Amino acid sequence: MIQAFAFYLFASILVAAATLTVFARNPVHSVLWLILSFFNAAGLFVILGAEFIAMLLVIVYVGAVAVLFLFVVMMLDVDFARMRAGFARYLPFGALLGVVLVAELVLAMGAWSAGAIALDARAAPTPAAVPNIQALGTVLYTRYLFIFEAAGFVLLVAMIGAIVLTNRQRRDLKKQDTARQIARRPEDAVRNVVNQPVGEGVTL
Amino acid sequence: MLRDLQLVAPELILCFGALGLLMVAAFVGDRSLRLVNWLSVALLGAAGLVLLGPAGNGGDAYLGLYRADLFASFAKVLIFGASAVAILAANDWFTRDGTHRPEYPILVLLAAAGSGIMVSASDLLTLYVGVELQSLAAYVLASFQRRDDRSVEAGLKYFVLGALASGILLYGISLLYGFTGTTLFDGISRALAGPEGISTGELFGLVFVFAGLAFKIAAVPFHMWTPDVYEGAPTPVTTLFATAQKVSAMALLVRVAIEAMGPAADGWRQIVIFSALASTILGGVAGVGQANIKRLLAYSSINNVGFALIGLVPGTREGVSSVLFYLAVYVAMTLGAFLCVMRMRDLDGRPVETIGSLSGLSRTQPGLALALLFFMLSLAGFPPFLGLWPKLLVFQAAVNEGYVALAAVGIVTSVIAAYYYLKIVKTMYFDEPAGAYEPGRRTATGVVIVAAALFVSPLGYLLIGPLQQASLNAASSLL
Amino acid sequence: MASVAAGYLPILLFLGVALVLSSVFVFSPMVAARFTGAHKPYADKLSEYECGFPAFEDSRAQFDVRFYLVAILFIIFDLEAAFLFPWAVSLGTIGIAGWAAMMIFLAELTLGFVYAWKKGALEWE
Repeated sequence: MIQAFAFYLFASILVAAATLTVFARNPVHSVLWLILSFFNAAGLFVILGAEFIAMLLVIVYVGAVAVLFLFVVMMLDVDFARMRAGFARYLPFGALLGVVLVAELVLAMGAWSAGAIALDARAAPTPAAVPNIQALGTVLYTRYLFIFEAAGFVLLVAMIGAIVLTNRQRRDLKKQDTARQIARRPEDAVRNVVNQPVGEGVTL
Repeated sequence: MLRDLQLVAPELILCFGALGLLMVAAFVGDRSLRLVNWLSVALLGAAGLVLLGPAGNGGDAYLGLYRADLFASFAKVLIFGASAVAILAANDWFTRDGTHRPEYPILVLLAAAGSGIMVSASDLLTLYVGVELQSLAAYVLASFQRRDDRSVEAGLKYFVLGALASGILLYGISLLYGFTGTTLFDGISRALAGPEGISTGELFGLVFVFAGLAFKIAAVPFHMWTPDVYEGAPTPVTTLFATAQKVSAMALLVRVAIEAMGPAADGWRQIVIFSALASTILGGVAGVGQANIKRLLAYSSINNVGFALIGLVPGTREGVSSVLFYLAVYVAMTLGAFLCVMRMRDLDGRPVETIGSLSGLSRTQPGLALALLFFMLSLAGFPPFLGLWPKLLVFQAAVNEGYVALAAVGIVTSVIAAYYYLKIVKTMYFDEPAGAYEPGRRTATGVVIVAAALFVSPLGYLLIGPLQQASLNAASSLL
Repeated sequence: MASVAAGYLPILLFLGVALVLSSVFVFSPMVAARFTGAHKPYADKLSEYECGFPAFEDSRAQFDVRFYLVAILFIIFDLEAAFLFPWAVSLGTIGIAGWAAMMIFLAELTLGFVYAWKKGALEWE
């Protein structure tokens, strides 16, 4: 009973928050609604028994991706009045995309009748005895080790890409270079001036 | 464990080599450019050389996630070669704009590793990670000249549509996993061949996977990004997209179709036939009005993908080998054509891309014009040139299995497409010289142009025997 | 599966109670003020006061693109950390190969970090 109650609670807030994400006038509010929907989706995953995915949703999506979205929204100088002007013009196309997505949803829901779901025969069934985070670790770092390492390189490419595309070197700055400071010897900086006639200047 | 590492040696070399070069780039800075360039070409060479060992035809690694067979090796040789050319070609191109950085060869290496994983994938997860590794590097490369609006726009378009395609692909993968219970190609094939036949759910999974992959090979109706991205991206990057990435996606599609979905051939055959016909027709017709040579070559690549898909339709050993043969010749022709385009610069050294500016090239730069003539006639499939041969093989494979109408349409569209290739030839040889060109410069790519031109010239017929044998051997490892 | 969700019931209840209680503390003074004090807003009363002035422009200034770079790097290392959880929990069963795999993974991203550092992507001038 409680589970059903929790499900309807999370699901209804999720749908409401997602709707408000789309319709909010201020994009910053949109991102905040998005965060609320991430939280509720995490709740739904907990009900499904997928704890690790739920925690990932909170840690990665709420903690990092939403922050990125906020930054991006604030970085783009969006003119909202102008953005809304195209609403009617793009409505048919948007509606078409919506229809396609709804069709996919219907398909996903009709999946039970679309053929025999072979989840009993699946490659890595969920063991009942251990927590699913442990079960996940056990297959991820043994059987799917190769893919895990390749995923590391995908992250590396993302890092290089972000730096290549956005990092700009500023040359007009004077920065402290600790290594150079430490490596500096008296000979580099001090010059002994001997036999200097009185009354004449010293060239530095 | 050790055996597995031996089998994935090419990708290991590329990935960890790229990591090492990244450190060189970080500590030495942009001065390391020359060194990083040549080292990355050497790494690609090394990755190609280890294919002679167990990595070339050693069987399955990591419990069937990865397959090192002759089919993969054939594709990898093409991919690594084309990537090396893209690195060499970029040296001259970016250095003159002052935008060259050591990250370019490093990203090309990682993209090549992703392509290698793609063509060796025998599991849907490996497939996806390979596709992402390659695509992510490609998005960055497309907007590598970040001060150039067109380059940034190309990167953005490619990224948004590529992400959409990845989503479609993932949706198909999850459907297939749900309905077959496995992500291994062999397992999917077994499930599809089961007594109850192919369920609606499995069919939808198949359609979504094919749609996602059709985007990656730029086949109609998922081609819309191609002209914009090819035109906007820096030319060396376009070269990479049109050759290495095209080969990897095409080889991946063939492997998925034959190994994973072999029993569902009746399902995907309709998709492939439609896509092949639409691609050849659209690539042939839409290219006619183009004024920009990079856009024209984009439509040419769509047209060529259509021909290669015709070879996949019958799903036979002969058909698969004709696809591989087609890809090999296509890579040579396209590399040559793009390298010629890269040499087109006006007197101020600015790159020119319009077809009109090619006028009278035969008088200002006879050598370059002759090379471009070879590539254009070969792309058009004119008799003495090598480009004709793979087209014949593809049509033969289709006709042998009774797809006569398909082959007939293919021949008609190749005649239409010949129009725009000939238009370029006419502009070069019979029009008055337009503007003066910068005199040719000695670069490493000149050697590649000459080699590619000799390969597609009638002299290339000497190589048909070994190449056909290699492609047949490669195809036998699938069928 | 039900058992997994049941384990989180206390947290759900706790959050519910916290939400209700904090709402009470926020809204009850507002409600009380409404009933006890005078509430007669009009345009002049709501306008800027003597020491204030109308805003000249939108208060949202455009952010520097460097924020984006920092956020992306944060996501990448966040994901790296997320991979550590299942690894740590299953370390007893995955053997030396699983341990080595994570070390290589960490090395890959650490070298990426070194690259970001040397490139000055983490500097804020």
